Amino acid sequence: MFWNTLLLALREIRRNVMRSFLTVLGIVIGVASVITMVTLGKGATQQVATSIASMGSNLLMVTPGRRMGPGAASSAPAFKVEDGEAIAREIGSAALVVPVASRSMAAINGHENSSTTVTGSTNDLLALRSMTLHSGRTFSDSESRAGAAVCVIGQTVRDKLFGSQDPVNSRIRLGALSFQVIGLLESKGQNSMGMDQDDIVLLPLRTFQRRISGNQDVSMLQVQIREGESTEKAQRDIRLLMRSRRRLAPSEDDNFNVMDTKEITRMLTGTTTMLTGLLGAVAAVSLLVGGIGIMNIMLVSVTERTREVGTRLAIGALEREVLMQFLVEAVVLSSSGGLFGILLGLGASLGLKNMLMVPFIFDPTIVMIAFVFSAAVGVVFGYFPALKAARLDPIEALRHE
Amino acid sequence: MVAPTQENSAPLIELRGVTKVYGVGQAAMQALAGIDLRIDEGDFVAIMGHSGSGKSTCLNILGCLDSPTSGSYLFRGVEVSHLTRDQRARLRRFYLGFVFQGYNLLKRTSAIENVELPLIYRGVPARERHQIARRALASVGLEGWESHNPNELSGGQQQRVAIARAIITGPSVLMADEPTGNLDTARSEEIMQLLCQLNREQGITVVMVTHEADMAAYAKRIVHFKDGRIESDVQNGRNH
Ligand SMILES: Nc1ncnc2c1ncn2[C@@H]1O[C@H](COP(=O)(O)OP(=O)(O)OP(=O)(O)O)[C@@H](O)[C@H]1O
Ligand SMILES: [Mg+2]
Repeated sequence: MFWNTLLLALREIRRNVMRSFLTVLGIVIGVASVITMVTLGKGATQQVATSIASMGSNLLMVTPGRRMGPGAASSAPAFKVEDGEAIAREIGSAALVVPVASRSMAAINGHENSSTTVTGSTNDLLALRSMTLHSGRTFSDSESRAGAAVCVIGQTVRDKLFGSQDPVNSRIRLGALSFQVIGLLESKGQNSMGMDQDDIVLLPLRTFQRRISGNQDVSMLQVQIREGESTEKAQRDIRLLMRSRRRLAPSEDDNFNVMDTKEITRMLTGTTTMLTGLLGAVAAVSLLVGGIGIMNIMLVSVTERTREVGTRLAIGALEREVLMQFLVEAVVLSSSGGLFGILLGLGASLGLKNMLMVPFIFDPTIVMIAFVFSAAVGVVFGYFPALKAARLDPIEALRHE
Repeated sequence: MVAPTQENSAPLIELRGVTKVYGVGQAAMQALAGIDLRIDEGDFVAIMGHSGSGKSTCLNILGCLDSPTSGSYLFRGVEVSHLTRDQRARLRRFYLGFVFQGYNLLKRTSAIENVELPLIYRGVPARERHQIARRALASVGLEGWESHNPNELSGGQQQRVAIARAIITGPSVLMADEPTGNLDTARSEEIMQLLCQLNREQGITVVMVTHEADMAAYAKRIVHFKDGRIESDVQNGRNH
C-alpha cells in the first residue's frame, strides 16, 4: 500500500512539474542556505582551529580580564612589562616571554596613507610568530631601551605607502610623530581568520608606550614554553605568580586569563559557531516559510482536485488512504525540495570556498538534519490540506465543478 | 469489514421503506419518501423520472455513497444502511462499480492509469494490474488507446474508459447515473450496447438512471420515480 501511495504521489507531482518546482522553491532555498552556512561555518571553524594548532601547543597567552567575555576587562588592571619579566624570571619552563601592546591607526608617507595595526613589542615577537626579515634589520638593544622612533613594517604597509620602492631608511608618520623604517618583513599572507598578517607596523614596546599609548600597559603577554615541558604546569604556575603579583585574596576570582591554544581555539571558534547558529536559525525560518508555501499549494490542489477525490472515494478509497495520498505528496514534494536544496547548498559551498578561502567540510549530520527537517515540514504543513481532502463527502465532491 | 455472504434466498439488493431527507426544520426536503425496491442478481434496471424525483438520491444510496434517513437497505441480505464511512468505502471497493455522466476520469492521466486506479486500492501488483487494465480497455473496444489522456479522447471513448475502470474489479453491480447524458445518440447507443453486453456476458447487474426512453429501452426492467416514490416498475417488453 505504501508503494502504491508513493506511486500515486509521484504521478501527481509529475503531472504538475512546474508548479511542484515553484512550490518547493522556498524549501530549496531554505535548505540550501542552511547547508551553505553550516558547511562554510564548519570550514571556517576548522581552519581557525588548525591555524591556532599550527602556532604550536606550547604557547600561552596571558591577558587581563575576568573571563573571556567582553566587557569584563574594565575592572581588571592591565599588565606591565615587569609582569613579563617576572614570568621570564620565575617560570623555568618559559622559553620566550613577549609583551605585546597594539592599536590600530593610520600610517602616512607623503600623500599615501594606510590604516594599519601598530604593535609595540620586542624582537622576540618575530620568532614567536615565525616572521622573518626581508630586508633591513630589527631593533637594536639601545633602540629598544631608549624607545627610539624606529619601526619595522609588513609588506602590505610597504605596498600602500611605498609601492615597489625600498622603504628601508625612509620615514613614515604615525599620528603626529615621524618614525624611521629600519626593516621590512617577509610576506606571510593572510591568516586563517582572513587577517592580513603583513598589515603591521612594529615598534619597540618602549617606543609604543611612550609615543603612542602614553602609558606603561601591555595588552597581552605571550609565553612560549620550552619543548618537552608541561604547558599545564606552566599555566598553573603563571596563574599563581600573577595572583600574587596582583595581590588577589584567596577568595577573589582571577582578574586575568592564562589561555593555552586549546582555549584560544575555543574562544575564537565560539564566535564562528554562534554566528553559524544564528544564520542557521534565519535559514530555518525560511524553511518554515517554505512550509507555508507547501500548505498553500496543497490547499489549492485539494480544491482543484475535489472531483478527483470524489472519484477515488467512490471507487472505494478509504479516508486514510486519501489522507496518506496527499500527505505523501506533500512529503515527497518537501523532501525532494530538501534534497535539491542540499545539493544546491553543497554546490554553493564548493563554489564559495575559494572566494572565502575556507576549506569545504562535508558534514553528514547537518545534511541528515536538513533532509529530515524538510520532510517534517511536508508532514506538518501537508496534514491539514490532506485531512481536508480525506473528509470530503463523495457525493458533493463528485458534483463539484 | 463487511462481507455480505452469498445467500441464495436473499436478493442482491433490497430497499425497504427507504427515505431520505435533506436539511432540517423548515428547510427540510424529502428527496425519497419511502422506496421499496428489489433487484436480483443479473438484472438490468433503468430508473426514470422527472428532474428532482429522487433518482440520483436513490442511486447514491444503492451505491453506498450515502445513507438513508430511515428504512433498511439489504445488500445480499446484509443490512448496510448504518455502515460507517470506511465500511461503505470497502463495500464499494469490492462489490460496486460507478459510471458517471461527466466520466470523472483523472486529468492528465493516461487511459490505462485511469483504469488501473481501483486495482491500486485493492493492492494488485503493478504488472498484473497492467495486464488486467489492458484487457479491460480491450473489452470496451479501446485497444491501442492505452496511453492517451482523457483530453485526447472523445466523450464516447472517455465513457468507455470510465466503464472499463468500473468493471475492472469484477463488481457485482454497476451503478450508472445518466451515463449517456453527455453523448449524442449514436455514441449513447454504443455505450448502451456495451452495458448490455457486460450484463449479458459477465453477469454484472446494472442499475442505470436515465432521462431518455430510448436508452431505458435497453434495460430489462424500467422503474419510474415520481416525487420520491416509485410510480411504476415494469419488465421491459423488448427482448434482447
Ligand atoms: N445535497 C442535497 N441537499 C439538499 N437537497 C438535495 C440534495 N441532493 C438532492 N437534493 C434534492 O433532492 C431532490 C431529489 O434530487 P435528485 O438529485 O435525486 O433528483 P434527480 O431525480 O436525480 O434529478 P435529475 O434528473 O435532475 O438529476 C431534489 O429536489 C433536490 O433538490
Ligand atoms: Mg440526478
